[in-house]
Amino acid sequence: MAFTLYSLLQASLLIVNAVAVLHEERFLRHVGWGSDQGIGGFGEEPGIKAQLTNLIRSIRTVMRGKGTIFSIIMMMIIIVIT
Amino acid sequence: MDPAAPPPKRRGPARLADPRPLFEDTSATGASPGRGFGAPPPSASSASSSSSAAASAAFGPPGAFLAEPVTSLAAAYGSSLASHVEGNLGRWVPVSRLKYYFAVDTVYVGRKLRLLVFPFGHPDWQVRYQQDTPVAPRFDVNAPDLYIPAMAFLTYILLAGLALGTQNRFSPDSLGLVASSALAWLLLEVLSVLLSLYLVTVSTDLTPIDLLAFAGYKYVGMIVGLVAGLLLGRAGYYVALSWCCLSIFVFMIRTLRLKLLSEAAAEGVLGPILGGLNGILMGIF
Repeated sequence: MAFTLYSLLQASLLIVNAVAVLHEERFLRHVGWGSDQGIGGFGEEPGIKAQLTNLIRSIRTVMRGKGTIFSIIMMMIIIVIT
Repeated sequence: MDPAAPPPKRRGPARLADPRPLFEDTSATGASPGRGFGAPPPSASSASSSSSAAASAAFGPPGAFLAEPVTSLAAAYGSSLASHVEGNLGRWVPVSRLKYYFAVDTVYVGRKLRLLVFPFGHPDWQVRYQQDTPVAPRFDVNAPDLYIPAMAFLTYILLAGLALGTQNRFSPDSLGLVASSALAWLLLEVLSVLLSLYLVTVSTDLTPIDLLAFAGYKYVGMIVGLVAGLLLGRAGYYVALSWCCLSIFVFMIRTLRLKLLSEAAAEGVLGPILGGLNGILMGIF
């Protein structure tokens, strides 16, 4: 099966990088998942869509800083070693 | 005499002054930091009988290495390393919390195993609390523990190696591959459950270690399936596997329904998802 811890690390890194690179304006707005498009009001249960939107936004915020450098280094390591 | 040959094991005091080209003769002075593994025995061997000299010839009298300065240096370095690792480990893994999960006894293990394979007919699935902390697994059969998942995980890896061996597909690397693969699936399962719990916003007191314990319980079913497959062939494997899928399904639903404190949990929204995931993962293996 060859599903090792290393492949898990690779896959997670690539997914996180994809979420970080995702351009909100061009793609998520049309689907209605933009983070400033008024999801739910106060006191209501957020729901899955709002949670996902918040998750995407927070991943992007975290990765924009030191996360970028970290992921660049990790990607170079992954690409160089197979 | 050939200078490249190892020295005779038994040497009298007359030999002590003989210059050896390969290494220093340290028998006269006793201990010395320059000794390697093949060093000649210290002077004590010359006084002992032949059998004990032959027995201790390779390593000197038992415990002689403890008197050397190198050993004390190594011991000091080792203890400093251990304390450093322990200090770092205490920051990342809550060690005192882990001890709770290993407080099991034989009766608990027996009852829990019976529950895992046959969860029907158990009347009460509520974990008993004692002043807001869960009771140790030794006193309550419903509490999660880490002993059974850890043992089941290791047993499953060994059994998988055995099963591969009976099919002539075994090699030592394959054992490591199975171990790594199983660990990766376990990690993926725990992470996906954590992600699902976050997305559905249920309020629960399930810690990640609890989820690790519940994810590890399915290995018991997989072991039962593997043993049945080894003993009874293909049909036995599928029958045992489907039975264990069903029992893990029921076990998870009944245990986790009480742990997830929200209406969604009461409806059993998340329970079947987790139970089904467990069943699928068991089937994949």
